[in-house]
Amino acid sequence: MQVDLQVHQRANPDLLDCLWAYQNKHGYIRDEDVAEFSAYRGISKVELEGVISFYHFFHRKPAGRYTIYLNNSIVSEFSGFQRVKEAFERETGAAFGEVDPSGLFGLFETACIGLSDQEPAALINFHPFTNLTTMKVKHIIAELKKGVPVEKLCDEVADNIRYVPGEGRSVFLREYFPGSAIAKLQALSPEQVIDEINRSKLSGRGGAFFPTGLKWGLCRQQESSPKYIVCNADEGEPGTFKDRVLLNTMPGLVLEGMIIAGYAVGASVGMLYLRAEYTWMKDKLEKAIEQFYRMGLLGLNAAGIKGFNFDIRLQLGAGSYVIGEETAMLNSLEGKRGESRVKQYFPVEKGYLNQPTVVNNVETLCAAARVMELGADHFLKLGTPDSPGTKLLSISGDCHLPGIYEIEWGMRLEDLLQLCQAENPYYIQVSGPSGECVSMAEKNRVLSKEDLRCGGSLMIFSGHRDILDILINFADFFKEESCGVCTPCRAGNFIIRRKLEKVRLGLAHQSDYEDIRQWGKIMQIASRCGLGKMATNALIKALDAFPEYFNQKIEGEADRLNKEFNIERAVADYEKFRS
Amino acid sequence: MAKLVKIKIDGKEIQAEEGKNLVKVAKENGIFIPSLCYYEHIDPPLGTCRVCTCELNGKAVPACMQKVKQGMDVKVNTPELTDVRKAIVEMMFAEGNHFCPACEKSGNCDMQHMGYEMGVSVSRFPHIFKDRLIDFNPKRMVIEHNRCVKCRRCIEEVLTDDGKQVFSFFNRGNETIVAIDYEQEARLTKEQALHAMKICPTGAILVRGASMGSPFGDRRFDMHSAKPEGKKIAKPSLPAKGPKKGKPKKKVIATISLAGCFGCHMSMLDIDLGFVDLIELVEFNKSPINDIKEFTKKCDIGLVEGGCCNTENIETLREFRKKCKILVAMGECAIWGGLPAMRNLVPLEECLEEAYLNSMTTEPGEHIVPYHEDLPKILDKVYPINEIVEIDYFIPGCPPNAEHIWKAVKNLLWGDQYSILYSEFKYD
Ligand SMILES: Cc1cc2nc3c(=O)[nH]c(=O)nc-3n(C[C@H](O)[C@H](O)[C@H](O)COP(=O)(O)O)c2cc1C
Ligand code: SF4
Ligand code: SF4
Ligand code: SF4
Ligand code: FES
Repeated sequence: MQVDLQVHQRANPDLLDCLWAYQNKHGYIRDEDVAEFSAYRGISKVELEGVISFYHFFHRKPAGRYTIYLNNSIVSEFSGFQRVKEAFERETGAAFGEVDPSGLFGLFETACIGLSDQEPAALINFHPFTNLTTMKVKHIIAELKKGVPVEKLCDEVADNIRYVPGEGRSVFLREYFPGSAIAKLQALSPEQVIDEINRSKLSGRGGAFFPTGLKWGLCRQQESSPKYIVCNADEGEPGTFKDRVLLNTMPGLVLEGMIIAGYAVGASVGMLYLRAEYTWMKDKLEKAIEQFYRMGLLGLNAAGIKGFNFDIRLQLGAGSYVIGEETAMLNSLEGKRGESRVKQYFPVEKGYLNQPTVVNNVETLCAAARVMELGADHFLKLGTPDSPGTKLLSISGDCHLPGIYEIEWGMRLEDLLQLCQAENPYYIQVSGPSGECVSMAEKNRVLSKEDLRCGGSLMIFSGHRDILDILINFADFFKEESCGVCTPCRAGNFIIRRKLEKVRLGLAHQSDYEDIRQWGKIMQIASRCGLGKMATNALIKALDAFPEYFNQKIEGEADRLNKEFNIERAVADYEKFRS
Repeated sequence: MAKLVKIKIDGKEIQAEEGKNLVKVAKENGIFIPSLCYYEHIDPPLGTCRVCTCELNGKAVPACMQKVKQGMDVKVNTPELTDVRKAIVEMMFAEGNHFCPACEKSGNCDMQHMGYEMGVSVSRFPHIFKDRLIDFNPKRMVIEHNRCVKCRRCIEEVLTDDGKQVFSFFNRGNETIVAIDYEQEARLTKEQALHAMKICPTGAILVRGASMGSPFGDRRFDMHSAKPEGKKIAKPSLPAKGPKKGKPKKKVIATISLAGCFGCHMSMLDIDLGFVDLIELVEFNKSPINDIKEFTKKCDIGLVEGGCCNTENIETLREFRKKCKILVAMGECAIWGGLPAMRNLVPLEECLEEAYLNSMTTEPGEHIVPYHEDLPKILDKVYPINEIVEIDYFIPGCPPNAEHIWKAVKNLLWGDQYSILYSEFKYD
C-alpha cells in the first residue's frame, strides 16, 4: 500500500492568515472557530490544533485585551528584566503566563523580539515598547487602564545605526534610490545576473554562508515551474536585529532584491515571511509592496521587462524560532507545523509546494540588489579577498553604543569592541546562542568567512556577568524552541538544561563536564536540523575557553557519596503530613 | 530491473540496486543498521528517531533517508557511531516512562528490541519522570503518552477513508505529544484501529480488548513454547567452577533489598544447588539471605536491589557504599527506579492520600497518613541508587537472571571471563 501523499501533503497556504483573523477578532482562537474552520476546510480538528499549538503567539484561551509579551533574552535579563517583570505583575494584577481576573491584561514571556539594542523591551498587542523601567511600566499600564490606545503609547523604534564605512565604501546603508538596482535588469539576461552575483562571491547572510549565486543557479536549472522566492525575515536568533533595520529603513531595497532573485531564477511569486514580533512594520512593508505595484515594478511585466511576471505577498509568522530554518519556513508557508523537513531535497529542487524555491535572508537580498546597482567590481574592492563586501552586525550587551554596525569583512574583533565602546569585555557571543563564544584571548581574530564567522549578532558580556547565567538562558531558549520532531534535540536540550542546573548549584564534578561535552556532541551529530546541531556549540566552546571559571564551580571529589542529593528537599513533601 | 551500483559499507564492497533504501541494502548484506521510525512504504522516510545515524562519505546522516547511489562510502559500526545510536535509544528511555513489566507491548516492542540489540543496560541520562497522561477518551483506543517516542508513523499512516488525519503532533519541543482526534478515531474501522496499534513501534497505541494478543517468542519459564515450532530452551546450568588455583580466601558479599520486591534476591537463589558450590567460595555478611542485620566487616562486593524511596533506604545505601569495595546495582529498580518509580509521575501527597485515605479498602473513619518520628520519612520520589552514591556496576533485568548475576559477581571478584547468553538477559 502506498500512502496517499497527495491527500496528506495538502497545503493550506492561507491557514496562518485565517488563524490570525480568528485570533484578532476575539483575542484568542475559540473552540467554535476550530470546529468551524476544520469543517470548512475538511481537515480534522486534531490537525488544526496541531498547527495552532506549534506557534506560541496563538492562544486557545483568552489572552487579555492587552496581551503583553516581555522579552526574556539574556540581554534583557541583564538590563533589568526581573524588575520590569515584577512591575508588570504588580501594576496589572496578573501573573506571568496568565490573564488578570478582569481579563484586561495577559502577561507572557517571549524569546528575543529583535530589540536587543533597547532592552528591556516588550510588545503590547504587538506594538513595541522599549527601554522599559518600573516607572515606565507603571505609566503605560495606568494609561491603558484609562483607555488610551496602545498605538498612542508605544515607542518609535530607534534604528541606532552607529557605524557606516565612509568614502563610498558602504554597501547597505548608503543612500537608497528606489528602482535603481532593478533598472539594471533590462540590459541583462537572467544568466548574466547570476554571473554577476557569482562574480561578487556573495554568500548567504542568514548564517550558513552558502554562495548565493550558486543557489540561484541551481534553482534556475530546475525544469519544474512555477518557482518561488522566499525572503527570510524571521530573524529569530537572539541578539540579531540587522534585518529589522533594513526592513525599517529601506523596505524597497529588500523588495528589489526579491525581484532580482525572481528574475534570475525564473520565479513568479515572492513571499516575504515576516516574524510576528515585527508586526509593527507590516503596514510599512505592505505599503512598499503596493507602491512597487503602482510603479510597475511588480505584477505583469514587472520592472518593465516583457514577459517577467512577478508578485510579492507578505506572510506573517506566529511565534517560533525554528521557522527561521528554511525548510521549516516552507512548511509554515504551507500552513503546517513549522517542523524542519527531512533533508531529502534542497529547497531549490523541491521547496514551497514541492516546487523549486530560493530562500534568502533579508540582508542577502539587499546585498544582491546593491551588487546589481553598484556592480560586482565595487563589491569585490571591499572586505577581504575571500569575504568581499561589508556585513551588518547587531551589537548589544555591555557596551556604550549598542546598535547597527556596517563593517567591512576583515575587521579585528578587538577593533570592533573599541568601536562600540565595550565595557571590560570578557565573554563575547558571536552569531547568537547557536553561534560561537569567544574570550578575550581571541581578540585578534578577524571577522570573516575564513576566521570568525558572524551571522549578524554580537553580544558582549563584561567580566562581572556570570557565564552560567548566559548559558542557562541559551539552554532555556533551545529547550523552548526545539520543534520536537527528532529525539536528540527534543530530549537532549531538556537533559542538558538539567545538567546545567546541577552546575549552577555548585554540585558538579569533572565528570559532569565530560557528560556535557559528550552529550552535546551526540546532539550535534544526530539532530535533524541546525537547531539541535548547534544548540550545544556555545556550551562546549565555553568549557574550553573559560576553564578557570568552570573549575571553580566544581565540588571536591570525596567519598563517592553524591553530595548533591538534598535529603531535606526530598522529604519536604512528606513533612506536610506531620500533624 | 534497476541498475546495479557498487557501494561500500564498513569497507565491504556491496552491489545493490540503485535507489534502494540503505537500511534495506545493509540488512540484505548482513549489516544491521538499527531503525525505529523507518517504515518501508512511507516516502519520504520520517527521519525522526535518529537511531539509524551512520556516516556517509564522512558526514553523519540518518541511514533511513539514503537511497543507494554509485560510490557511496558508508560507515556503520565505528565505536563512535555505535555509541551515538545507543545514546539515542537511552535518551528515549530516559525521556518516556517505560515500565516494561507492566506494558502490553513488552516482548513485541520495537523500542525494547532496539534496547536489547544495542546492549542498553542503563541509561546514561537521568530519567526525566515527566507526568504524562493516558488518554482513555477515544472510543476504541487508549493512548499511552508515557510510551510514545514521537516517531510520527501513526500521523502519516493512519488516515480516515476520506483522508483526514487521526493523529497529530501537538505543542512543540519537550512538550510535544501525539494527540488523537476522538471524532475521527471513532470513524476508523476495526482493522484500521488494529493497524494503528501494529505500526506503533512502542506500546503507545492500544486497542481495547486486542492488546493481550498471543505471546511473542519464548520465555524462560514457559511450560510450552508459544511458537508451534519453538525450540526447547536450555535449563539454567549450575554455576561454573570457582577460581582456578589453590584454595582461596573466601570473598565477602553483602546484599540488600531497598525499594524493591525481593525479586532480585529470589532470582539469586535460582541457581538452586549451585548455591552449595558458591558458599564454598564466598561468605555472606549483612544480607537478608542469612539475616545478618549489621555489617561486621568490610565486604568485597555489595549487591543492591531496589531504589531509594525513604530515608532509611538512603542511610542503608550510604552504609553499603562505605563498607563495600565494589557496589553493584542489581535490577531495574536499583538502576533507575523500576516499577516503584511509577509513583514518580504523581505528587507524593496524592499517592499517600490514595493509599491511606481514599482507597477502596480504607476503613470508615480512618483518616491519617502514618507519620511518626520512628518511621522512616518517605521521599518525594523514588531515586535510582546512583543518584545517591556512586555505583560501580549495573546488572540489568527485572529481575536479572540468576546466571547473569553470578557470572557478573564472579567476574568482578576473580576476573573470570564469561559470556552472557542472549536468553540470560532477555526478560520480556
Ligand atoms: C534554527 C535555525 C534558525 C534560523 N533562523 C534564520 C533566521 O531567522 N533568518 C535567516 O535569514 N536565516 C535563518 N536560518 C538559516 C536559514 O535556514 C537559511 O540558511 C537562510 O535563510 C538562507 O538564506 P541565505 O543563503 O541568504 O543566508 C536559520 C537556520 C536554522 C537552522
Ligand atoms: S533538531 Fe530540533 S528543531 Fe531541528 S528537527 Fe530536530 S527537534 Fe526539530
Ligand atoms: S513501549 Fe516498549 S519499551 Fe516502552 S514500556 Fe512498553 S515494552 Fe517497554
Ligand atoms: S503513538 Fe506510536 S506510532 Fe505514533 S508517534 Fe508515538 S510511538 Fe510513533
Ligand atoms: S530510522 Fe532513521 S531516523 Fe528513524
